[in-house]
Amino acid sequence: MSTSTVSPPTQRRAPVVRRLDTTQLVYVALLAVIVVGTVLTAMSGRSFFSSGNIASVLTLTSTLGFVAIGQTLVILVGSLDLSVPYVISLASIVGGGVMNGEESMIVPGVLAALGVCAVVGLANGLVVTGLGVHGFIATLGMGLIISGYLASNYQGNYGSAPRSFQLVGITLFGPVPLSTLIMLGCAGVGVLMLNRTRLGHHIYAVGGGREVSRMSGVRTHTPVVAAHVLCSVLAGMAGLLLLSRTSVGSPTIGNQGGYDLMSIAAVVLGGTLLAGGRGSIVGTIGGVAIFAVIDNVMSVMEINSFLQDVVRGLVIVIAVAVYARRAIPRRATRFPDRATAVTIGDTP
Amino acid sequence: MLAPATPDNAPGPSGNPGGGPLLRARGITKSFLGNVVLQDADIDLVPGQVHGLVGENGAGKSTLMKVLAGVYQPDAGSIEIDGEPQHFGHPLQAQHAGVATVFQEFNLLPDRTIAQNIYLGREPRKGPLVDTGRMRRDTAELLTGLGVEGLDPDAPVRTLSVAEQQIVEIAKAISFSARIISMDEPTAALADHEVALLYSIIERLTARGVAILYVSHRLKEIFDLCDTITVLKDGQMVTSRPAGELDESTLVRLMVGRTISAFFPDKDPDTTPGEVALELSGAGNGYVDGVDLAVRGGEIVGLAGLQGSGRTELLEGIFGVRPFSRGEVRIAGRPATLRSPRGAVRAGLALVTEDRKATGLALNQSIATNALGVVRAVFPRRTSAARQALPGLLSSLEVIARSMDQEVQFLSGGNQQKIVLARWLGTNPQVVLLDEPTRGIDVGAKRGIYELMRALAAQGVAVLMVSSELPEVIGMSDRIVVMRDGRVAAELPAGASEVQVLEAATGAGSGEQSDDQNDDQGGESG
Repeated sequence: MSTSTVSPPTQRRAPVVRRLDTTQLVYVALLAVIVVGTVLTAMSGRSFFSSGNIASVLTLTSTLGFVAIGQTLVILVGSLDLSVPYVISLASIVGGGVMNGEESMIVPGVLAALGVCAVVGLANGLVVTGLGVHGFIATLGMGLIISGYLASNYQGNYGSAPRSFQLVGITLFGPVPLSTLIMLGCAGVGVLMLNRTRLGHHIYAVGGGREVSRMSGVRTHTPVVAAHVLCSVLAGMAGLLLLSRTSVGSPTIGNQGGYDLMSIAAVVLGGTLLAGGRGSIVGTIGGVAIFAVIDNVMSVMEINSFLQDVVRGLVIVIAVAVYARRAIPRRATRFPDRATAVTIGDTP
Repeated sequence: MLAPATPDNAPGPSGNPGGGPLLRARGITKSFLGNVVLQDADIDLVPGQVHGLVGENGAGKSTLMKVLAGVYQPDAGSIEIDGEPQHFGHPLQAQHAGVATVFQEFNLLPDRTIAQNIYLGREPRKGPLVDTGRMRRDTAELLTGLGVEGLDPDAPVRTLSVAEQQIVEIAKAISFSARIISMDEPTAALADHEVALLYSIIERLTARGVAILYVSHRLKEIFDLCDTITVLKDGQMVTSRPAGELDESTLVRLMVGRTISAFFPDKDPDTTPGEVALELSGAGNGYVDGVDLAVRGGEIVGLAGLQGSGRTELLEGIFGVRPFSRGEVRIAGRPATLRSPRGAVRAGLALVTEDRKATGLALNQSIATNALGVVRAVFPRRTSAARQALPGLLSSLEVIARSMDQEVQFLSGGNQQKIVLARWLGTNPQVVLLDEPTRGIDVGAKRGIYELMRALAAQGVAVLMVSSELPEVIGMSDRIVVMRDGRVAAELPAGASEVQVLEAATGAGSGEQSDDQNDDQGGESG
């Protein structure tokens, strides 16, 4: 044995990006965006942390938040929902129509709207599982059907929200809107469902490997249908929130927001794998918040809307590229050496 | 490292008083498309004993295992557990009857934790919620019961090594209270110290009265572990006896000896080895190490070895799929650095991969598109010439299809393989690497591919062929290079016997030779 004990080779620490898990990374990114946003806002002579500005950022998160939570479930289970904008419009029409300005009809209006959305989600789920149509196509078709129905039956606004229902959309607790709290409540229930119920476990399992799940005795259709139903109901809640803010039901309010692609983008930005099986609602909320902050800062700076889209696009692409580089090699090597042991971002 | 097994928690298999077999299978027969792959096989699995199942590739080992696992339904024969007749229509039924199987490809979800994988589909509940605490504790207990320490039940499976994933599979099997566990080549992907851990786990399982069916090519392990050994050959049972009555060389002799050598076309007498076309010295990547190898133009070199010995990875190293990080490669005498398949193609190489459906063909595209794929991508200027030559090439390969516009997914395996070859021959390669070129194709098509290999050699092309079929390696090769554990274990001349190849591949009988490279094995065989 040699006497000169060499100190153990100083382990090169992996870059920060590699040590954090994806969800933590999302929040680091959110923090960075807030810091940059604060500086830029200050340069425009405003304060990012003014109570009014915080409220407006949070308001931006709530509608997209509802949709993105639902989209997370659907993506985790290995499907996709492109019908959400039309479901949002449908909920606003049904809710507005049933309430029709009457205080007493608020509860029936909410139930009717969410019930109709649940039926749409059920149809989506059954088409995906029963007929074996990929979610992309099944929900695209469903979206077109709803859109056609709305366009041919409702020209312009329809119905209206009574006074006290409108309060839901505008009430603030300090700088925090009530709608954001409701959205975060839904997120909390969603997190609990994913982590602590069989349904949640099976959503992950089926999205991660349908055959493996089937061979383990999981009923593989149930989580897919449930995820679609929940996604549509959450989109319905977004629709009701928009009804409350605008006070009238609108057949086009959903597509104006571009909620289909924005919700998918938020989910992916939140670190959820588009192929399913990995991700979290917590990450999605982070993704939604990043978009909200960016949008807020850009509107404060009065950047033109086309350039805003360019920025959003860049954010999505860069984020996903960062996640992709973190992919872990699947097979251990027999003769590891520095040259080949380095993580390669390929997914065989 | 690990304490010896303590049989304190032996459940005492019920309904098995006389120490007789726990599982009794009789007359198991299975054929696919009229091709009998398993005929009249009998097997008895006894509690607390390890039953070894050996045989060459295609001998029917996997088929027998899959029948016991409920993956395949046998055409004839019966399975009894504790004297009760069983019918397994689905793997879950076998599992509920107490038969668990650890396949080579694991049935695990990489993004879920160890605990979540083990209890998938039967998560314990407290009220409406999953009792994650209990799931975690039970998992920790299962792992401790196997003598495994340092595995966190909350670790995602994707962060585990192959050996650790295997442990998770075994723990899952035990959690079903499996009384019979079959393992398919469990050590194929393990390092030596991991093999020791597997041994200790098997010891603990047998101490608890579990019956184990152990399928392996590695004879040392068979003799280390097994109480009884069953040999299969060409789907037939050769023998089933206590391990004590057999030794390695007898076992090898019982496994080999298929008589179909007349099947291989003779070498063209005019074919003479030319210049060295491909030369490796000290080549290594993550999977192979220190490989010296030379293939001359006009020569067919067979690359033999067990699964996981690094044969495919060697070809992938040469072809730039997993580029070498050490050593030198020379092509036609000139040093070459191949960092990508594209570079390899440009240097005159071709690689026919093992899995034609995944990496050989675009299944839903036409024959013509597939056959021109490589030329079009790498040598676009030669495309129209290749297109004109295509009908001739396809007919010389005797491809049977309705038209060149037919999608390749509708062709038979043999015809698909010919399209793969056409795809590569269009580039006029000087070195052809073939990985299991006759896997999953019928006898007639095999013959066609052998003839093509001879024709290539006659044209002066260097051919390097990986094959798991010993008769094929011996029948076709001018030289045989045998790999073991990522290194070249032996180089044998044409006409070597199956016994010689198998001994070099398994390390059997290596006690007699001075083994310079593998001095790290704890040589306690037999």
